[in-house]
Amino acid sequence: MHELSVAQNLLATISAETAKQKSRPIRAKISCGILNAINDELLTEALGAISKGTSCEGIGLEIEHIPMRGLCKKCGQEFDVDFSKCCCASCGSMDFKLLEDAPLILEEIEFETG
Amino acid sequence: MKVKVGKKILSANEQYAEQNRRFFAERRILCLNMISSPGSGKTSILTRTINELKGKVKIGVIEGDIQTDYDAQRIKATGADVVQINTEGACHLSAAQVSGALEKLPVSKLEVIFIENVGNLVCPSAFKLGESGKTAVLSVAEGDDKPAKYPALFAKSKALLINKIDLLSLGAAIDFDIEKVKSEVGRLNKTIEIFSVSAKTGEGFDGWCHWLAEQAKKTNATNCK
Repeated sequence: MHELSVAQNLLATISAETAKQKSRPIRAKISCGILNAINDELLTEALGAISKGTSCEGIGLEIEHIPMRGLCKKCGQEFDVDFSKCCCASCGSMDFKLLEDAPLILEEIEFETG
Repeated sequence: MKVKVGKKILSANEQYAEQNRRFFAERRILCLNMISSPGSGKTSILTRTINELKGKVKIGVIEGDIQTDYDAQRIKATGADVVQINTEGACHLSAAQVSGALEKLPVSKLEVIFIENVGNLVCPSAFKLGESGKTAVLSVAEGDDKPAKYPALFAKSKALLINKIDLLSLGAAIDFDIEKVKSEVGRLNKTIEIFSVSAKTGEGFDGWCHWLAEQAKKTNATNCK
């Protein structure tokens, strides 16, 4: 449900970059962590709805989900945390620390050429 | 033509959150962002906490709701300072809204500020408000599968209140395995403090209020820079 406010912020960020390019944006790529709780369909729909009539109308969206990372206190390895298991992916120890969740990032925009 | 951008999408919110964080740090105020489903008992927990700590810890509240000031009125009845934010449809509070609310609270006389977020187990955890920590509430009526289904909030909270434990006496009608929840949350989050309470009867509030007072004291003793 918060995808609408994320879409508004995303549109503002894309629009600021588009203003520099003098070309139509076709596709944006973003990445996010688990705490951002992004539902792909909802965000895509929200962006489509609010970009109508703007320079970003019709822009496609690619969303990469970045897993939360854990740091094992036993073997020192960093690993992707699987919340259904909750143990170190290398040694199986359950003694680990959760690292900072990945923020929402606008990674890349593809613009029309020519 | 592809252009690399690499910019934070929620940077506007994060700037406000950082401003709020500094605001709390400079004043040595403990700020807890309270998150749960609707109806888990956040406001009831707050009113009882305020009453139990009256004369010991000065508590203020920022209330977030989609509509109405019902919750703010309940807080006001305890005598505590409260500011209501209505999000008019939004499912979470933003750091800018909290920043505006702080201007209306008599912060110089407060030691703890609770932000009661909009009732929702998912969206509020995506928006930093500048809080010292998140406090999750789970009521036994919601079922003991919630930490497994919504791990993010439980993984990132400083404390968890398991509320409405008076209902556990109903046995099979409630079907909530409190030990299972504690062990699952403990696996997700090694440092979380878990309190089993009933805001209705007051059971378990000694432990929770003691912890809260200690945290407030610790915050007050920290070097503000």
